[in-house]
Amino acid sequence: MSFGLLLLLLIAVMLVEMVNESAVSFSRFGLGFLTSSTWDPQQRVFGALPFIYGTVVSSLIGLAIAAPVGMAAAIFIVELAPPWLGNAVSALVELLAAIPSVLLGLWGIFVMVPFLRARVEQPIIERLPNVPFLAGPAYGVGLLAGCLILAVMVIPTIVAISRDVMAVVPKDQREAMLALGATRWEATTWAVLPYARSGILGAVVLGLGRALGETMAVTMVIGNRSEIPASLFQPAYTMASVIANEFTEATYELYISALIEIGLVLFLVTTALNAAARLLVWRTARAAR
Amino acid sequence: MTGGGSLARRQKLSSVMSGTVAAASGLTVLPLALVLGYIVVNGAVGLNLDLITHLPAPVGEAGGGMANAFLGTLVLVALASAIALPVGILTGIYLSEFGQNAFADTLRFLTDVLTGVPSIVIGIVAYTLVVIPMQSFSALAGGVALAIIMVPTVTRTTEEALKRVPPTIREAALALGLHHWKTILLVVVPAGLGGIVTGVMLGIARIAGETAPLLFTAFGSRFWPTGLTGPIAAVPLQIFQYAIAPYQDWHRQAWAAALLLMLLVLGLNLVVRLATRTGFQREQA
Repeated sequence: MSFGLLLLLLIAVMLVEMVNESAVSFSRFGLGFLTSSTWDPQQRVFGALPFIYGTVVSSLIGLAIAAPVGMAAAIFIVELAPPWLGNAVSALVELLAAIPSVLLGLWGIFVMVPFLRARVEQPIIERLPNVPFLAGPAYGVGLLAGCLILAVMVIPTIVAISRDVMAVVPKDQREAMLALGATRWEATTWAVLPYARSGILGAVVLGLGRALGETMAVTMVIGNRSEIPASLFQPAYTMASVIANEFTEATYELYISALIEIGLVLFLVTTALNAAARLLVWRTARAAR
Repeated sequence: MTGGGSLARRQKLSSVMSGTVAAASGLTVLPLALVLGYIVVNGAVGLNLDLITHLPAPVGEAGGGMANAFLGTLVLVALASAIALPVGILTGIYLSEFGQNAFADTLRFLTDVLTGVPSIVIGIVAYTLVVIPMQSFSALAGGVALAIIMVPTVTRTTEEALKRVPPTIREAALALGLHHWKTILLVVVPAGLGGIVTGVMLGIARIAGETAPLLFTAFGSRFWPTGLTGPIAAVPLQIFQYAIAPYQDWHRQAWAAALLLMLLVLGLNLVVRLATRTGFQREQA
């Protein structure tokens, strides 16, 4: 019990410490901190908008790739694959989740980024000049690379949770549909998915939480430039990345305070998303009981 | 409510969609194959004994190794375990044996929340709690950061392991006149020990590759550790620093170290998986 209290205390301490340490920045910039796009440590001016923008856009695009793929894989594992194959895919996706972020980043820098630059970005720029969001030059590192690496990192979360909530949908549901003459796909879309809906939504929200806070792999491929990118191919920056890159270089109190304030925002947003997602998943599990 | 016409068309749709979701499953496994493949090939090419027996060469010079980083990771994982295991295991025991109340539900929820806190944020917390008071980056700070990440994993697996111990065993011990706490310590925990060890291994696998929370706690170093109160090197940190640096030989070392780190992390996960063999379909049945 007392150790339980320790856990409670820890979360309280985390919050208090970060609020304390970010106070200097908050009193200096107020809420404008979140809407200003100037980040200039030399002039002692700090605005977090480029990082917030980079984090939100890369996470949402990453999620937009990962969510359909992850859900489809979960459907395959639970509804369609023979058990041995479902278990195998399931196990491999869990191994993907276990790969440390820095190793994905290493692969990203030396394999994915050169591939994107030469085989994806350059051809697109040449063939489709003047298309908004797809303007050159081709750096390789940039928003697109960040989105892709995030998609890879979020997929295991979405597959695992969607799989678990679909697996608890009672067999009767499917069998009733099949007995009425539905095909396997119809049984899945009409009997299983509606039943697991809030749990799947929870899986996506959980994935979003993971994407927002992901640090190393993104830092290694997104380019780290504190401007709001106009193109998918341009370097961007995320909240987690700016903390990772600049924290040890921050030489005065206001600078560190501004970085900790970014961390506080990240903490509050991911915690709120997580809490919401857990409630959604928990609701499906309870409904199935 | 049939959306789509004749039986033949509906069956065709069904098989097309089955193919699509099967392809999507392939797509989820593809990154794993690519990343593992490149790490194995590039890592094996760059691997040599110097990597785990030599200190880093002076910046820019080829050769040398990162023996200090391997030792550092060992120290950090041991430190984190020393802090996280008592807290995590005891909390898990509490949740499993006394966990039928609102406080325990709150705890479970907080454990889940803690799992979702970005590791870079945990790094900031360890920085404010340990680095600022001590006025120095330190192995201790890194250990604290990793411990905070490890606790939820250990707590949750301990709770689940002990919940699988049949209640009849507890009742038998109590019926023989054993105290409640003795029942837990001498009967329930030994029965669930395998599951607890699993949790410990998963926890170690989780923190051994963590980089973000070490950036401004353990900080990294190019020398042997001087003690728990000074900066210390770690393998993931070294991989990160070498990967973004402009030296060819550092890239080689980064790949080689990545191979060893990957073997450790995936090895632990595979051992756990083989030991427990709880495929989800099995649980379902």
